[in-house]
Amino acid sequence: MKILNDINFNEFINDEKLSVVDFYADWCGPCKMIAPILEELEKELSDVNFGKLNVDGSDISFKYGVMSIPTIMVFKKGDVIKTSTGLVSKDELKNIILNK
Amino acid sequence: MYDVIIIGAGIAGLTSSIYLKRANKNILVLEGNVYGGQIINSSRVENYPGISKITGYEFANNLYNQVKELGVEIKYEMALRIIDGNIKKIITNNNKYECKSIIIATGVTKRKLGIENKYIGKGVSYCATCDGNFYKGKDVAIVGSGNTALEDALYLSNICSKVYIIIRSSNFKGDEILIDEILSHNNVEVLYNSNVTNLFGDNNLERIEINNDYNIDVDGLFIAIGQVPDNDCFKEIIDIDEKGYIKALEDCKTNKDGIFVAGDCRTKKLRQLVTAASDGAIAATEAIKYVGGKK
Repeated sequence: MKILNDINFNEFINDEKLSVVDFYADWCGPCKMIAPILEELEKELSDVNFGKLNVDGSDISFKYGVMSIPTIMVFKKGDVIKTSTGLVSKDELKNIILNK
Repeated sequence: MYDVIIIGAGIAGLTSSIYLKRANKNILVLEGNVYGGQIINSSRVENYPGISKITGYEFANNLYNQVKELGVEIKYEMALRIIDGNIKKIITNNNKYECKSIIIATGVTKRKLGIENKYIGKGVSYCATCDGNFYKGKDVAIVGSGNTALEDALYLSNICSKVYIIIRSSNFKGDEILIDEILSHNNVEVLYNSNVTNLFGDNNLERIEINNDYNIDVDGLFIAIGQVPDNDCFKEIIDIDEKGYIKALEDCKTNKDGIFVAGDCRTKKLRQLVTAASDGAIAATEAIKYVGGKK
Protein backbone atom coordinates (compact mmCIF):
# COMPACT_ATOMS: atom_id res chain seq x y z
CA MET A 1 0.00 0.00 0.00
CA LYS A 2 1.51 3.28 -1.07
CA ILE A 3 1.16 6.00 1.53
CA LEU A 4 -0.51 8.94 -0.16
CA ASN A 5 -0.33 12.63 0.68
CA ASP A 6 -1.08 16.02 -0.88
CA ILE A 7 2.10 15.81 -2.97
CA ASN A 8 1.88 12.35 -4.55
CA PHE A 9 -1.91 11.89 -4.71
CA ASN A 10 -2.57 13.25 -8.23
CA GLU A 11 0.24 11.32 -9.79
CA PHE A 12 -1.05 8.13 -8.15
CA ILE A 13 -4.65 8.41 -9.36
CA ASN A 14 -3.64 9.49 -12.89
CA ASP A 15 -1.69 6.30 -13.54
CA GLU A 16 -2.58 4.14 -16.56
CA LYS A 17 -3.54 1.29 -14.21
CA LEU A 18 -6.61 1.28 -11.98
CA SER A 19 -5.87 2.97 -8.66
CA VAL A 20 -7.58 2.14 -5.41
CA VAL A 21 -7.49 4.69 -2.57
CA ASP A 22 -8.34 3.81 1.03
CA PHE A 23 -9.46 6.96 2.89
CA TYR A 24 -8.89 6.16 6.55
CA ALA A 25 -8.00 7.54 9.95
CA ASP A 26 -6.27 6.08 13.00
CA TRP A 27 -9.31 6.67 15.22
CA CYS A 28 -11.60 4.51 13.08
CA GLY A 29 -12.07 0.82 14.05
CA PRO A 30 -13.71 -0.33 10.80
CA CYS A 31 -10.79 1.28 8.89
CA LYS A 32 -8.39 -0.98 10.78
CA MET A 33 -10.51 -4.00 9.86
CA ILE A 34 -10.55 -3.22 6.15
CA ALA A 35 -6.80 -2.46 5.91
CA PRO A 36 -5.60 -6.11 5.92
CA ILE A 37 -8.30 -7.00 3.36
CA LEU A 38 -6.91 -4.36 1.01
CA GLU A 39 -3.40 -5.66 1.59
CA GLU A 40 -4.54 -9.15 0.58
CA LEU A 41 -6.22 -7.80 -2.56
CA GLU A 42 -3.09 -5.87 -3.43
CA LYS A 43 -1.20 -9.18 -3.58
CA GLU A 44 -3.90 -10.80 -5.72
CA LEU A 45 -4.53 -7.96 -8.17
CA SER A 46 -1.15 -7.11 -9.61
CA ASP A 47 -2.69 -4.85 -12.29
CA VAL A 48 -4.14 -2.48 -9.71
CA ASN A 49 -2.38 0.22 -7.68
CA PHE A 50 -3.26 0.37 -3.99
CA GLY A 51 -2.75 3.43 -1.81
CA LYS A 52 -4.00 4.83 1.46
CA LEU A 53 -4.68 8.39 2.51
CA ASN A 54 -4.99 9.46 6.13
CA VAL A 55 -7.92 11.91 6.12
CA ASP A 56 -6.60 13.53 9.30
CA GLY A 57 -4.88 16.71 8.22
CA SER A 58 -5.46 16.29 4.49
CA ASP A 59 -7.72 18.44 2.29
CA ILE A 60 -7.96 15.76 -0.40
CA SER A 61 -10.77 13.89 1.36
CA PHE A 62 -12.72 17.16 1.47
CA LYS A 63 -12.13 17.70 -2.25
CA TYR A 64 -13.55 14.27 -3.04
CA GLY A 65 -16.50 14.71 -0.67
CA VAL A 66 -15.45 11.99 1.75
CA MET A 67 -17.60 12.35 4.89
CA SER A 68 -17.55 8.79 6.14
CA ILE A 69 -14.69 6.34 6.61
CA PRO A 70 -13.56 3.87 5.57
CA THR A 71 -14.26 5.05 2.02
CA ILE A 72 -12.66 3.17 -0.85
CA MET A 73 -12.46 4.99 -4.20
CA VAL A 74 -11.43 3.44 -7.49
CA PHE A 75 -9.79 5.80 -9.98
CA LYS A 76 -9.17 5.37 -13.68
CA LYS A 77 -6.85 7.97 -15.23
CA GLY A 78 -7.82 10.50 -12.61
CA ASP A 79 -11.58 9.93 -12.61
CA VAL A 80 -13.54 8.31 -9.79
CA ILE A 81 -15.28 5.28 -11.25
CA LYS A 82 -16.45 3.57 -8.06
CA THR A 83 -16.95 4.50 -4.41
CA SER A 84 -17.64 2.22 -1.46
CA THR A 85 -18.38 3.42 2.06
CA GLY A 86 -18.12 1.32 5.22
CA LEU A 87 -16.75 -2.08 6.06
CA VAL A 88 -17.34 -4.67 3.33
CA SER A 89 -16.15 -8.22 2.81
CA LYS A 90 -13.13 -9.13 0.70
CA ASP A 91 -15.27 -10.63 -2.08
CA GLU A 92 -17.48 -7.58 -2.21
CA LEU A 93 -14.49 -5.24 -2.32
CA LYS A 94 -12.88 -7.29 -5.07
CA ASN A 95 -16.07 -7.03 -7.14
CA ILE A 96 -16.21 -3.28 -6.58
CA ILE A 97 -12.61 -2.85 -7.72
CA LEU A 98 -13.03 -5.08 -10.76
CA ASN A 99 -16.40 -3.45 -11.50
CA LYS A 100 -18.23 -6.78 -11.54
CA MET B 1 -17.04 -33.92 7.60
CA TYR B 2 -16.71 -31.38 10.38
CA ASP B 3 -17.84 -32.02 13.94
CA VAL B 4 -19.21 -28.50 14.32
CA ILE B 5 -19.60 -25.57 11.95
CA ILE B 6 -20.00 -22.11 13.44
CA ILE B 7 -21.82 -19.53 11.37
CA GLY B 8 -20.46 -16.10 12.25
CA ALA B 9 -17.06 -14.85 13.44
CA GLY B 10 -18.25 -12.28 15.95
CA ILE B 11 -17.53 -12.54 19.66
CA ALA B 12 -19.99 -15.40 20.28
CA GLY B 13 -18.86 -17.45 17.29
CA LEU B 14 -15.14 -16.99 17.95
CA THR B 15 -15.55 -17.76 21.66
CA SER B 16 -17.32 -21.01 20.82
CA SER B 17 -14.48 -21.88 18.44
CA ILE B 18 -11.98 -21.61 21.33
CA TYR B 19 -13.95 -24.04 23.47
CA LEU B 20 -14.49 -26.48 20.60
CA LYS B 21 -10.89 -26.41 19.41
CA ARG B 22 -9.62 -26.96 22.94
CA ALA B 23 -11.92 -30.01 23.09
CA ASN B 24 -10.13 -31.28 19.95
CA LYS B 25 -13.17 -30.97 17.74
CA ASN B 26 -12.84 -30.66 13.99
CA ILE B 27 -14.46 -27.29 13.32
CA LEU B 28 -14.97 -24.59 10.71
CA VAL B 29 -16.03 -20.98 11.17
CA LEU B 30 -17.95 -19.37 8.31
CA GLU B 31 -18.09 -15.58 8.10
CA GLY B 32 -19.95 -13.69 5.38
CA ASN B 33 -18.41 -10.31 6.01
CA VAL B 34 -15.51 -9.48 8.34
CA TYR B 35 -14.62 -11.03 11.70
CA GLY B 36 -15.24 -9.20 14.96
CA GLY B 37 -18.94 -8.42 14.83
CA GLN B 38 -20.48 -5.19 16.09
CA ILE B 39 -17.87 -4.50 18.76
CA ILE B 40 -15.40 -3.20 16.18
CA ASN B 41 -17.52 -0.05 15.99
CA SER B 42 -17.02 0.73 19.67
CA SER B 43 -14.28 3.22 20.39
CA ARG B 44 -14.01 2.08 23.99
CA VAL B 45 -14.98 -1.01 25.94
CA GLU B 46 -14.85 -0.51 29.69
CA ASN B 47 -17.26 -3.13 31.04
CA TYR B 48 -15.60 -6.42 30.13
CA PRO B 49 -14.37 -8.18 33.30
CA GLY B 50 -10.61 -8.23 33.62
CA ILE B 51 -9.98 -5.62 30.95
CA SER B 52 -10.33 -2.09 32.28
CA LYS B 53 -10.10 -0.31 28.94
CA ILE B 54 -9.73 -1.43 25.35
CA THR B 55 -11.00 -0.38 21.93
CA GLY B 56 -13.55 -2.62 20.23
CA TYR B 57 -11.14 -3.17 17.35
CA GLU B 58 -8.35 -4.28 19.69
CA PHE B 59 -10.68 -6.62 21.55
CA ALA B 60 -11.89 -8.25 18.34
CA ASN B 61 -8.37 -8.50 16.97
CA ASN B 62 -7.01 -10.05 20.17
CA LEU B 63 -9.76 -12.66 20.07
CA TYR B 64 -9.14 -13.32 16.38
CA ASN B 65 -5.41 -13.82 16.99
CA GLN B 66 -6.16 -16.14 19.92
CA VAL B 67 -8.41 -18.23 17.66
CA LYS B 68 -5.87 -18.31 14.82
CA GLU B 69 -3.11 -19.37 17.22
CA LEU B 70 -5.27 -22.33 18.22
CA GLY B 71 -5.44 -23.29 14.56
CA VAL B 72 -9.13 -22.63 13.94
CA GLU B 73 -10.10 -22.64 10.25
CA ILE B 74 -12.11 -19.59 9.15
CA LYS B 75 -13.62 -19.30 5.69
CA TYR B 76 -15.12 -16.09 4.36
CA GLU B 77 -18.31 -17.41 2.85
CA MET B 78 -21.92 -16.45 3.41
CA ALA B 79 -24.11 -19.23 4.80
CA LEU B 80 -27.31 -19.20 2.77
CA ARG B 81 -29.15 -22.28 3.97
CA ILE B 82 -29.07 -25.13 6.47
CA ILE B 83 -30.33 -28.61 5.71
CA ASP B 84 -31.14 -30.50 8.91
CA GLY B 85 -30.67 -34.22 9.44
CA ASN B 86 -28.44 -36.66 11.24
CA ILE B 87 -25.69 -35.19 9.09
CA LYS B 88 -26.34 -31.49 8.67
CA LYS B 89 -25.48 -29.50 5.58
CA ILE B 90 -24.68 -25.83 5.14
CA ILE B 91 -24.94 -24.25 1.71
CA THR B 92 -22.81 -21.12 1.25
CA ASN B 93 -22.35 -18.78 -1.70
CA ASN B 94 -19.34 -20.92 -2.76
CA ASN B 95 -19.62 -24.38 -1.26
CA LYS B 96 -21.53 -27.04 0.57
CA TYR B 97 -20.33 -28.38 3.93
CA GLU B 98 -21.34 -31.32 6.08
CA CYS B 99 -21.20 -31.47 9.86
CA LYS B 100 -22.68 -33.13 12.89
CA SER B 101 -23.66 -29.95 14.70
CA ILE B 102 -24.12 -26.25 13.95
CA ILE B 103 -23.78 -23.12 16.05
CA ILE B 104 -25.54 -20.10 14.58
CA ALA B 105 -23.88 -16.87 15.71
CA THR B 106 -24.88 -14.44 13.00
CA GLY B 107 -25.23 -11.47 15.33
CA VAL B 108 -27.02 -8.29 14.38
CA THR B 109 -26.58 -5.36 12.06
CA LYS B 110 -27.33 -1.70 12.58
CA ARG B 111 -30.96 -0.77 12.17
CA LYS B 112 -31.65 1.73 9.42
CA LEU B 113 -34.21 4.50 9.39
CA GLY B 114 -35.24 3.41 5.91
CA ILE B 115 -35.17 6.84 4.31
CA GLU B 116 -31.43 7.52 4.35
CA ASN B 117 -29.91 5.50 1.51
CA LYS B 118 -29.30 8.48 -0.77
CA TYR B 119 -27.29 10.26 1.91
CA ILE B 120 -25.16 7.44 3.35
CA GLY B 121 -21.61 8.77 3.30
CA LYS B 122 -23.01 12.16 2.29
CA GLY B 123 -24.17 13.34 5.66
CA VAL B 124 -25.65 10.19 7.14
CA SER B 125 -23.37 8.05 9.32
CA TYR B 126 -23.71 5.08 11.65
CA CYS B 127 -20.36 5.64 13.37
CA ALA B 128 -19.86 8.88 15.28
CA THR B 129 -16.30 8.08 16.32
CA CYS B 130 -15.35 7.30 12.69
CA ASP B 131 -16.98 10.28 11.04
CA GLY B 132 -17.45 12.91 13.76
CA ASN B 133 -14.33 14.80 12.72
CA PHE B 134 -15.82 15.56 9.29
CA TYR B 135 -18.39 17.70 11.12
CA LYS B 136 -16.05 19.83 13.19
CA GLY B 137 -17.79 23.11 14.06
CA LYS B 138 -20.97 22.11 12.26
CA ASP B 139 -24.52 21.33 13.39
CA VAL B 140 -25.50 17.67 13.56
CA ALA B 141 -28.32 15.48 14.79
CA ILE B 142 -28.37 12.05 16.40
CA VAL B 143 -31.39 9.84 16.27
CA GLY B 144 -31.72 7.29 19.07
CA SER B 145 -32.19 7.18 22.84
CA GLY B 146 -29.98 4.32 24.04
CA ASN B 147 -26.40 4.23 25.28
CA THR B 148 -24.91 4.28 21.78
CA ALA B 149 -26.83 7.45 20.93
CA LEU B 150 -25.82 9.04 24.23
CA GLU B 151 -22.15 8.15 23.83
CA ASP B 152 -22.24 9.44 20.27
CA ALA B 153 -23.86 12.67 21.45
CA LEU B 154 -21.18 13.15 24.11
CA TYR B 155 -18.44 12.58 21.58
CA LEU B 156 -19.99 14.90 18.99
CA SER B 157 -20.80 17.66 21.51
CA ASN B 158 -17.07 18.16 21.95
CA ILE B 159 -16.46 18.49 18.20
CA CYS B 160 -19.61 20.01 16.72
CA SER B 161 -21.17 23.40 17.17
CA LYS B 162 -24.66 22.10 17.95
CA VAL B 163 -25.98 18.60 18.58
CA TYR B 164 -29.67 17.72 18.39
CA ILE B 165 -30.74 14.41 19.92
CA ILE B 166 -33.93 13.14 18.36
CA ILE B 167 -35.82 10.58 20.43
CA ARG B 168 -39.16 8.95 19.74
CA SER B 169 -40.51 8.92 23.28
CA SER B 170 -40.35 11.30 26.21
CA ASN B 171 -37.51 9.38 27.89
CA PHE B 172 -33.99 8.22 27.21
CA LYS B 173 -33.31 4.50 27.45
CA GLY B 174 -29.63 4.76 28.31
CA ASP B 175 -27.69 4.83 31.59
CA GLU B 176 -28.43 7.64 34.07
CA ILE B 177 -24.77 8.59 34.30
CA LEU B 178 -24.67 9.28 30.56
CA ILE B 179 -28.01 11.10 30.50
CA ASP B 180 -26.92 13.47 33.28
CA GLU B 181 -23.65 14.16 31.52
CA ILE B 182 -25.23 14.85 28.15
CA LEU B 183 -27.90 17.16 29.57
CA SER B 184 -25.19 19.28 31.17
CA HIS B 185 -23.77 20.23 27.77
CA ASN B 186 -24.93 23.66 26.56
CA ASN B 187 -24.74 22.84 22.87
CA VAL B 188 -27.02 19.81 23.12
CA GLU B 189 -30.75 20.09 22.48
CA VAL B 190 -33.08 17.13 22.93
CA LEU B 191 -36.14 16.83 20.70
CA TYR B 192 -38.50 14.51 22.59
CA ASN B 193 -41.47 12.69 21.01
CA SER B 194 -39.88 13.26 17.64
CA ASN B 195 -39.37 11.20 14.51
CA VAL B 196 -37.21 11.93 11.49
CA THR B 197 -39.72 11.88 8.64
CA ASN B 198 -37.68 13.10 5.67
CA LEU B 199 -34.20 14.12 4.59
CA PHE B 200 -33.32 16.94 2.21
CA GLY B 201 -30.25 18.21 0.38
CA ASP B 202 -29.09 18.55 -3.23
CA ASN B 203 -26.08 16.30 -3.03
CA ASN B 204 -25.20 16.19 0.64
CA LEU B 205 -27.63 16.24 3.54
CA GLU B 206 -28.70 19.79 4.40
CA ARG B 207 -31.77 19.47 6.59
CA ILE B 208 -34.06 16.94 8.21
CA GLU B 209 -37.79 16.99 8.66
CA ILE B 210 -39.23 16.26 12.11
CA ASN B 211 -42.74 14.81 12.63
CA ASN B 212 -43.83 15.83 9.09
CA ASP B 213 -43.96 19.28 10.58
CA TYR B 214 -40.79 21.35 10.66
CA ASN B 215 -37.19 21.21 9.42
CA ILE B 216 -33.89 21.63 11.18
CA ASP B 217 -30.70 22.50 9.32
CA VAL B 218 -27.91 20.01 9.92
CA ASP B 219 -24.85 18.83 7.99
CA GLY B 220 -24.79 15.41 9.59
CA LEU B 221 -27.24 12.84 10.85
CA PHE B 222 -25.92 10.03 13.04
CA ILE B 223 -28.18 7.01 13.33
CA ALA B 224 -28.08 4.96 16.54
CA ILE B 225 -31.50 3.33 16.75
CA GLY B 226 -30.43 -0.15 17.72
CA GLN B 227 -29.79 -3.30 15.83
CA VAL B 228 -31.63 -5.99 13.92
CA PRO B 229 -30.90 -9.69 13.42
CA ASP B 230 -30.79 -11.29 10.00
CA ASN B 231 -31.89 -14.90 10.32
CA ASP B 232 -34.39 -15.09 7.48
CA CYS B 233 -32.37 -17.73 5.66
CA PHE B 234 -32.80 -20.15 8.59
CA LYS B 235 -36.48 -19.59 9.28
CA GLU B 236 -37.70 -22.60 7.34
CA ILE B 237 -36.22 -24.95 9.92
CA ILE B 238 -35.38 -22.85 12.98
CA ASP B 239 -37.95 -21.14 15.22
CA ILE B 240 -37.58 -17.38 15.09
CA ASP B 241 -39.52 -14.78 17.06
CA GLU B 242 -41.47 -11.89 15.56
CA LYS B 243 -38.43 -9.61 15.70
CA GLY B 244 -36.22 -12.09 13.85
CA TYR B 245 -34.25 -13.48 16.81
CA ILE B 246 -33.66 -17.22 17.02
CA LYS B 247 -35.65 -18.69 19.88
CA ALA B 248 -33.59 -20.35 22.61
CA LEU B 249 -33.15 -20.22 26.37
CA GLU B 250 -29.87 -19.83 28.22
CA ASP B 251 -28.84 -23.35 27.15
CA CYS B 252 -28.60 -22.00 23.57
CA LYS B 253 -30.60 -24.94 22.17
CA THR B 254 -32.83 -24.22 19.18
CA ASN B 255 -35.90 -26.28 18.27
CA LYS B 256 -33.64 -28.62 16.24
CA ASP B 257 -31.38 -31.18 17.90
CA GLY B 258 -27.73 -30.39 17.36
CA ILE B 259 -28.33 -26.83 16.15
CA PHE B 260 -27.40 -24.19 18.69
CA VAL B 261 -27.54 -20.40 18.72
CA ALA B 262 -25.14 -18.00 20.42
CA GLY B 263 -24.81 -14.27 20.90
CA ASP B 264 -26.86 -11.28 19.80
CA CYS B 265 -28.96 -13.25 17.29
CA ARG B 266 -30.59 -15.24 20.12
CA THR B 267 -33.73 -14.21 22.03
CA LYS B 268 -32.36 -12.69 25.24
CA LYS B 269 -32.68 -9.68 27.49
CA LEU B 270 -29.13 -8.38 27.54
CA ARG B 271 -26.94 -8.13 24.45
CA GLN B 272 -23.43 -7.33 25.62
CA LEU B 273 -19.89 -8.44 24.88
CA VAL B 274 -19.87 -10.53 28.04
CA THR B 275 -23.19 -12.25 27.26
CA ALA B 276 -22.03 -12.99 23.70
CA ALA B 277 -18.88 -14.62 25.04
CA SER B 278 -20.96 -16.50 27.61
CA ASP B 279 -23.29 -17.84 24.92
CA GLY B 280 -20.30 -18.92 22.87
CA ALA B 281 -19.00 -21.03 25.75
CA ILE B 282 -22.42 -22.54 26.50
CA ALA B 283 -23.27 -23.34 22.88
CA ALA B 284 -19.85 -24.93 22.37
CA THR B 285 -20.21 -27.05 25.50
CA GLU B 286 -23.67 -28.21 24.41
CA ALA B 287 -22.36 -28.97 20.91
CA ILE B 288 -19.47 -30.98 22.38
CA LYS B 289 -21.98 -33.00 24.42
CA TYR B 290 -24.19 -33.52 21.36
CA VAL B 291 -21.36 -34.58 19.06
CA GLY B 292 -19.90 -36.85 21.77
CA GLY B 293 -23.22 -38.58 22.21
CA LYS B 294 -23.41 -39.39 18.51
CA LYS B 295 -20.31 -41.60 18.46
